[in-house]
Amino acid sequence: MAVIFSKPKSLTDAPMHYCPGCTHGIIHRLVAQAIDDLGIEGRTVGVAPVGCAVFAYNYFACDMVEAAHGRAPAVATGLKRANPDNIVFTYQGDGDLASIGTAETVHSATRNENITIIFVNNAIYGMTGGQMAPTSLPGQVTQTSPYGRDTNTVGFPVRVCEMLATLDGPEYVARVAVNNVKNVNQARRAIKKAFENQINGKGFSLIEVVSSCPTNWGMSPQDALKWVDEKMIPYYPLGVFKDRSAAKEGK
Amino acid sequence: MKGNEAIAEAAIRAGCRHYFGYPITPQTEVAAYMSKRMPKIGGTFLQAESEVAAINMVYGVSAAGKRVMTSSSSPGVSLKQEGISYLAGSDLPALIVNVQRGGPGLGGIQPSQSDYFQATKGGGHGDYHLIVLAPASVQEMADLTGLAFDLADKYRMPSMLLADGTMGQMMEPVELPDKEPEMIEKPWALTGTQMKREHNIVNSLYLDPEELERINFERYERYKKVAENETRYESYMMDDAEICIVAFGIAARVSKNAVNAARQKGVKAGLIRPITLWPFPEKPIAEAADKVKAFISVELSMGQMIEDVKLASSCKKPVYLCNRTGGMIPSFDQVLDAIMNAAGGDK
Repeated sequence: MAVIFSKPKSLTDAPMHYCPGCTHGIIHRLVAQAIDDLGIEGRTVGVAPVGCAVFAYNYFACDMVEAAHGRAPAVATGLKRANPDNIVFTYQGDGDLASIGTAETVHSATRNENITIIFVNNAIYGMTGGQMAPTSLPGQVTQTSPYGRDTNTVGFPVRVCEMLATLDGPEYVARVAVNNVKNVNQARRAIKKAFENQINGKGFSLIEVVSSCPTNWGMSPQDALKWVDEKMIPYYPLGVFKDRSAAKEGK
Repeated sequence: MKGNEAIAEAAIRAGCRHYFGYPITPQTEVAAYMSKRMPKIGGTFLQAESEVAAINMVYGVSAAGKRVMTSSSSPGVSLKQEGISYLAGSDLPALIVNVQRGGPGLGGIQPSQSDYFQATKGGGHGDYHLIVLAPASVQEMADLTGLAFDLADKYRMPSMLLADGTMGQMMEPVELPDKEPEMIEKPWALTGTQMKREHNIVNSLYLDPEELERINFERYERYKKVAENETRYESYMMDDAEICIVAFGIAARVSKNAVNAARQKGVKAGLIRPITLWPFPEKPIAEAADKVKAFISVELSMGQMIEDVKLASSCKKPVYLCNRTGGMIPSFDQVLDAIMNAAGGDK
């Protein structure tokens, strides 16, 4: 029988712990596919975050390290500076990257650290049971915003890509989504490019993946994907926010 | 050579090619020295965005299997505690230098030893220790820096050089090692599998309590070996001593002079100077407890090491505190008075 679809080699056989309908599985797959496609598994080192993806170190077949909450870009900086031939990526959620780790995110970007960051934005703290995230939408009901996110008292969501695009440092900043086939294919291309940039020594690439969390949003997986389309993407528009090499080449 | 510069040069000679720091007085010479030297020898000097980021960059380099260090002073070392706990929990070697200043809070910029508890009892969250080395001269700033890297690698744990502002700023002649450092294999390091082995994982997360307990017990077995093999101290005039001073760093230098002066006045004083603060030299203090009349703990703090002196001596003899704090240093006269008072009962 011909195999027309298989698991990427860069994923282990460990069963994933993610909830039904969670998009982390898709994003893990896209990262692993990029690693496979580029033939870099043997020299890749991944940095797992604190949050839902904390066990990513069990799922990726390359060398892996578990970082403290928000510190993955600093740990990645150390790994890359120690062994510049390694390909180093971080895989982080919104609480990790856009709240407790904001400084590490901004400064690794402004240094144009030659690393790849996969930023999964599902607008909620999943692992701890659904608290308000830096990216929770105005009015969004969470465990710690039971009356809806009140922008008068807790402020507005952070748009990471737009913020980082104002810096001179980073090479490539893009936002993608994985809520339908077209978007998944686009996400696959963006993630691969983010790794290629590092291989070619171009520097810091961050791919924000707008994601869903049916469990903590209190929705069915289908409704969650619809919510991504109707609520998330209008607030977090998809696209390339910075591509320095393309801009230089006048593309 | 300045003490802070001796640390930096000794680290380079020990094979450290990666330094991460954040500006804070009184240890800036370490960073300044590294920023000049590292680019010339193919190393990394990086001024991080924060102490928190710096220690996590250290974590990354250490996970990659290379020698790495950071340096700071008290308030900055407090910020590093999260990363230090993760280093300990992931069994990663690294050197953290604390050139202490007065506290708590922002405190002052003058010398202090008031981070003794933080350094020797763990400092961050969880069950762990650091190897803590306390230099008392510029020569020891250099020697103990090299030793700190060796011990950290050997026992797979972070080590700390616990100096103070005086040691950092003091200038003394120093002999630096000129032989190649011996590096040990690190098969656990994250260098990429090269598709030749299973993936390595560096991690401190264990959700199964039985597993976490087992790992903590194993780590403490290793700590026991460190205590057996690596405890270091200097014993001065202790053979016939009746008054035993316990002091480290700058306090030990002042105390040594006071011991000499007390002897001239006919009081048999001696000094035990811990060189490792963890593991603490319990044995010589326990032995002294059966011979001396009293101990004096001389410290630049409100009295922190004194607790370990009391424990090690099982409180068999009185333990007095002779201290200044907030950036002040006990004077020769103050220590001599403390010796004479402690000996006073017989006179």
